[in-house]
Amino acid sequence: MDLNTKFTPKSWPDHAEQATLEGKNKFVGIWIFICSDIVLFASVFATYLSLKDKGPAGMDISAAELFGLELAFVMTMLLLTSSLTSVYAMYHMKNFNSKGVLIWMGITVLLGLGFLGLEIYEFYEYTVHEGFGFTHSAFSSSFYVLVGTHGLHVIIGLVWITGLIIRNMKRGLNLYNAPKFFAASIYWHFIDVVWVFIFTVVYLMGVLG
Amino acid sequence: MSSVAISKKTGFGATLWDYLTTVDHKKLGNMYFFAGLLFFAIAGFEALLIRIQLMVPNNDFVSAGLFNELLTMHGTTMLFLAATPLLFGFMNAIVPLQIGARDVAFPFLNSLGFWLFFLGALFLHLSFFMGGAPDAGWTSYASLSLYSPGHGIDFYVLGLQISGAGTLISGINFIVTIITMRAPGMTFMRMPLFTWTTLISSALILFAFPPLTVGLFFMLVDRMFGANFFDHTMGGNTIIWEHLFWIFGHPEVYILVLPAFGLFSEIIPVFARKRLFGYSSMVFATILIGFLGFMVWAHHMFTTGLGPTANAIFAVATMAIAVPTGMKVFNWILTIWGGSIKVTVPMIYALGFIPSFVAGGVTGVMQATAPLDYQLHDSYFIVAHFHYVIVGGIVTAIFGATHFYWPIMFNRVLNEKLGYIVFWVFFIGFHLTFFLQHFLGLMGMPRRVFTYQADQGWDLYNFISSIGAIMMGIGVILLVVNMLLSIKGKPVNQRDYWGDGRSLEWALVTPVPFYNFKQTPLIRGYDPYWIEKHEGNKEGMTYAEPLGDIHMPHGSILPLIMSIGMFIAAFGALYHPDGVSWSVPVIILGIGITVACMILRSFKDDLGYHVHKEEIIALEEELYGKGGNK
Repeated sequence: MDLNTKFTPKSWPDHAEQATLEGKNKFVGIWIFICSDIVLFASVFATYLSLKDKGPAGMDISAAELFGLELAFVMTMLLLTSSLTSVYAMYHMKNFNSKGVLIWMGITVLLGLGFLGLEIYEFYEYTVHEGFGFTHSAFSSSFYVLVGTHGLHVIIGLVWITGLIIRNMKRGLNLYNAPKFFAASIYWHFIDVVWVFIFTVVYLMGVLG
Repeated sequence: MSSVAISKKTGFGATLWDYLTTVDHKKLGNMYFFAGLLFFAIAGFEALLIRIQLMVPNNDFVSAGLFNELLTMHGTTMLFLAATPLLFGFMNAIVPLQIGARDVAFPFLNSLGFWLFFLGALFLHLSFFMGGAPDAGWTSYASLSLYSPGHGIDFYVLGLQISGAGTLISGINFIVTIITMRAPGMTFMRMPLFTWTTLISSALILFAFPPLTVGLFFMLVDRMFGANFFDHTMGGNTIIWEHLFWIFGHPEVYILVLPAFGLFSEIIPVFARKRLFGYSSMVFATILIGFLGFMVWAHHMFTTGLGPTANAIFAVATMAIAVPTGMKVFNWILTIWGGSIKVTVPMIYALGFIPSFVAGGVTGVMQATAPLDYQLHDSYFIVAHFHYVIVGGIVTAIFGATHFYWPIMFNRVLNEKLGYIVFWVFFIGFHLTFFLQHFLGLMGMPRRVFTYQADQGWDLYNFISSIGAIMMGIGVILLVVNMLLSIKGKPVNQRDYWGDGRSLEWALVTPVPFYNFKQTPLIRGYDPYWIEKHEGNKEGMTYAEPLGDIHMPHGSILPLIMSIGMFIAAFGALYHPDGVSWSVPVIILGIGITVACMILRSFKDDLGYHVHKEEIIALEEELYGKGGNK
């Protein structure tokens, strides 16, 4: 691929992320990958639902007592907003504004970090103050694996987007890095959607008992 | 820009480096093929030991514990590490040629997929030397494996996790390749059947491997990090493993058998010299089998106690799969019907496949009947059934396709006479081994027992069965001899070795250059090469573009290093439950190596290189003599 082609906002293609074969492959590839990741999460969700509130005889921790909605609500807002800011970044990519892409992707990372920080705080609270450690019960194992798998996806997304920002800080947009930004943003939306399900299944349904 | 690939470096080191760093789908196809063959031989050897042990009653050739390890490793290796890579070998070597692509969509990931598979397989096999192999069966049911002492099950979990990741990556790669990289004019309904079955089988990989990953991860944290997914005293549920395993495990059968169907759908029309009968119904049946394959997993769990409603639903769904499969069988028969049949080694494998596979399918429908399955469950009847499907369906396809595609893959021919001998020795051995096992099962012999009492009427059948297994072993050895002999043979150096090739891959003169078609071909219908041949085209294909520069990807060593990183991390996890101090640092080191490679890959642009027109002409003159590829 030739990186020397200089674009102007006028000559920048409408779908820069799919303008080359490599870009098109990345675009299709990330969607196919997400299909398989959906099945991965579906398996973990199913396990969580079947092991919810299950533990050794006489276990005194239940989802209804453990979970609160306040922290989960703040986390949800942070992640939903970060999804919106990544849309702004893609909007600027369409208009060939590389600064806009970098700034909004940067804000996305900050919001993601905020989410991650709250999740770590939540795990710390449960483990240390509630005595609800990973090995406590089947319920605790399935809770940490479900929410933790999502958290791991967030970490991967943050490293990925941060890497893209640093690598492309000095050079503008081109047909080589546009598909990379686009794929990362699709992945980020996916993480967001999964969290909506976690919020519903773990926290809302948990509080209802 | 320089063209690295054309500059000739020779010598062992350069060749080795070339194979370690290659992203060429043809080389990776060969690597998959030989890696698969290696594990096929190992697992076959394990099967022979099993059959020697069962040859006579009250035998003590191997101990009960070793027998469990052998049967576990035989099943696990055959399915994950032999059949899958052998078929991946053909997919890699043939599919890009069949659709007229330069390479797969993600050449780097193709290489990563291979190395993850290979190192995962290696890790699993290290268990033999490091304190005992897994011993809970290839299904490794949690109620048994959770309490298995030693590290055997840990090797199983970690090895399959790594090689499974490689398989998933390759699956995604094939799907994207087939969606985006077909040559102009090749619509979906003009794709050869092998490409179709590769697409559907990759889609099955896509949806089937994540549940396995999750199940293995639960087992991993349960055994190594104190989680409680399967421990009922802590609220866990061991049935979760059975569900997750079979949601993967049943589609896995179709992941393997669909490409085998595809291979036969390529072989039969060539040697019946007739267009494949019912092409669109073949495509439809492939998709339907893929879909239904996910609806039937609980037929492996009829005796688990899910209740009559669940059992009835899964029984009906299972029987429904016989319909599209039957469509395929009739289409093959009707392709042969009225054709001008030329019997060759690939064709005789195809002719042997149809009745053998039907036998396996019919016993499958018998087991789908839930009440009958209560009788057959865990007996040798089951063993006979799935070996009829796997050996009769998949292994015959692999052997047939080995003869069929050898000229394209290696520019050599396998000896035909020896090929027939191998077929008859193997085929008769196969039926001797497994046909009688149906009756052993009906007479009540349970599977997975390491020995049995004399005078229950089982002695003779077991003895004959073992003789058959030895014949199969001789057949495989002769096949390998045939492969080795072919090295000395004359190079093919022509297109369309069989003379009746129909699809695009036969339009290429062998040896196939690293960029495949020098110009992208134009596809004018189903069986494109056949169309061109019958219009008197002497140049193979009509091309969609003038001869120009070709863009190719660079090789990379990173996939190997990334896989080694996972390999190292697996050792850390393995020894974690022993309480050694270095386990967590080793896990971090291993994953760190992998992540560092990913970041390096991301920061170093990989733009590929161009092969210039003049270099292509020069290379083709060197390969094919004056005048180049005409």
